[in-house]
Amino acid sequence: MSNQAVQARTTALETRLRVANLNVTFGEGEKAVNVLQNITLEVGAGEFVCLLGPSGCGKSTLLNVLGGFLKPDSGEVVIDGKPVLGPDPRRIFVFQERGVFPWMTVEGNIGFGLFRLTKEEQARRIFYYVNLVGLSGFEKAYPHELSGGMKQRVEVARALAVNPDVLFLDEPFGALDSITRLIMRRELLRIWQKERKTVLFVTHDIDESIQLADRVLVMSTRPATIQRVVDIDIDHPRDISSRHYLDLRDQIFEQIGLAHKV
Amino acid sequence: MTSPLQITSRWWRTRLRRAAPWLTLAALLAAWQAAVVLHPRSLIPGPWPVLLGVVELAKKGLLFKYVLASLFRVTWGYLLAIALAIPCGLMLGWYRHCEYAFAPLLQLFRPISPLAWIPISILWFGLGDSAAIFLIFLASFLPVVLATMNAVRNIDSVHLRCGRNFRLSEAQLIWRVLFPAVAPQIIVALRIALGVAWLVVVAAEMIAVNSGLGFLIVDARNAGNRYDLVLAGMILIGLIGLILDIAMRRLEKLPSVQWGYIGAK
Repeated sequence: MSNQAVQARTTALETRLRVANLNVTFGEGEKAVNVLQNITLEVGAGEFVCLLGPSGCGKSTLLNVLGGFLKPDSGEVVIDGKPVLGPDPRRIFVFQERGVFPWMTVEGNIGFGLFRLTKEEQARRIFYYVNLVGLSGFEKAYPHELSGGMKQRVEVARALAVNPDVLFLDEPFGALDSITRLIMRRELLRIWQKERKTVLFVTHDIDESIQLADRVLVMSTRPATIQRVVDIDIDHPRDISSRHYLDLRDQIFEQIGLAHKV
Repeated sequence: MTSPLQITSRWWRTRLRRAAPWLTLAALLAAWQAAVVLHPRSLIPGPWPVLLGVVELAKKGLLFKYVLASLFRVTWGYLLAIALAIPCGLMLGWYRHCEYAFAPLLQLFRPISPLAWIPISILWFGLGDSAAIFLIFLASFLPVVLATMNAVRNIDSVHLRCGRNFRLSEAQLIWRVLFPAVAPQIIVALRIALGVAWLVVVAAEMIAVNSGLGFLIVDARNAGNRYDLVLAGMILIGLIGLILDIAMRRLEKLPSVQWGYIGAK
């Protein structure tokens, strides 16, 4: 990997998303549970960041706050210089494949957010994104006729079609089998390299985070804090048996407090 | 590999499955005929006189007239009911306050048979079509409202969040996400409601009007114990009910609601 490439990646990014001193508490009084504590982070434009942590640690909560679906108790989220007040089509949330609308065809789903555009523009974008995610030939199919991986592609395409600045992915491949998951990771990277969206990707899979992200934010158990930030300075496509990859993986394993022996 | 024997046995099995309902029907008719022959003094006529009864009604022009009269009442009562029930159900499920305000009332009215409303409907509308239509309205309104309301309450919140993420207005959200998400359950409710409406029209016509298949049945009995016509009326009611149900089942075959029935099969 050339040093120049690293240089370009780390300096060319302007800050897209900034989170300062974020706190979220669920419930009140004695039953109050502090879910997020003093979260501060910055994400550059076009950067791929993974939020990594154990199940139930609050990483999905954090993503919900960033997406504008949940109001924090204190602290602020600023995207492109403006505070986040609610959901916005410039920032699209991608769920596990169940976010796909089952009553619409692949085409209908991908075009769902395009209702403000002209018919020609809608058709053009649908055509483009159907091809981008490799679903041509399935335009008229309904989600229940598709596999889990294909539904996930539909949802990613639907998100990209409105040309958002930021994509929030909440364990998007969690429901897929392990082979499909590997394929989908490669697909996501291919699409990300093509479109260069800012991506925040929540996962509890250490390997997934190292394979995908520019940076991994390792979160602690509740109340969630960001324990550590790990820069993954490996160029794509990544050799997942290289010394450096394994070192980074060891670091994260250690950070989470797991000896990687089963 | 499938042997020729397996193929023939499969062929016979499909044949048998298709023929099964007709065989049962034939057996029933035979048993009916046998019972009539064994008890000649019974007032119940055999299948053949009943068929002649249907022909007689057709010749007098009553068959067409009565079927049409019953269908007319059901159509109006039912259409009015669902035109109101679907929006009401969507609203009750969508706005929690509405649900709190009206749900107990709906639950109170639900166990009251539509037939219990007969005296009041005659009081309000007099004898005639309006009274019957009102009864059918009542019978089909409540099941559709309640089913729609429950469907909205149980909608997958992920879909609503997706809708909001693309910044749909409230009206768009209801039309483009909420309604299609609950459509499969609404269609089931519509089918059940039409069945109930068809049950109720017969009862309403026995009391409130002097045409229609329900009237045919009471009238045939009162005018000289014409049990052939009573049975003819009953069989017509059954056949038309069956056709209505088959028509409603076609709605469940719409591609945009198919997903809703997959788990249930």
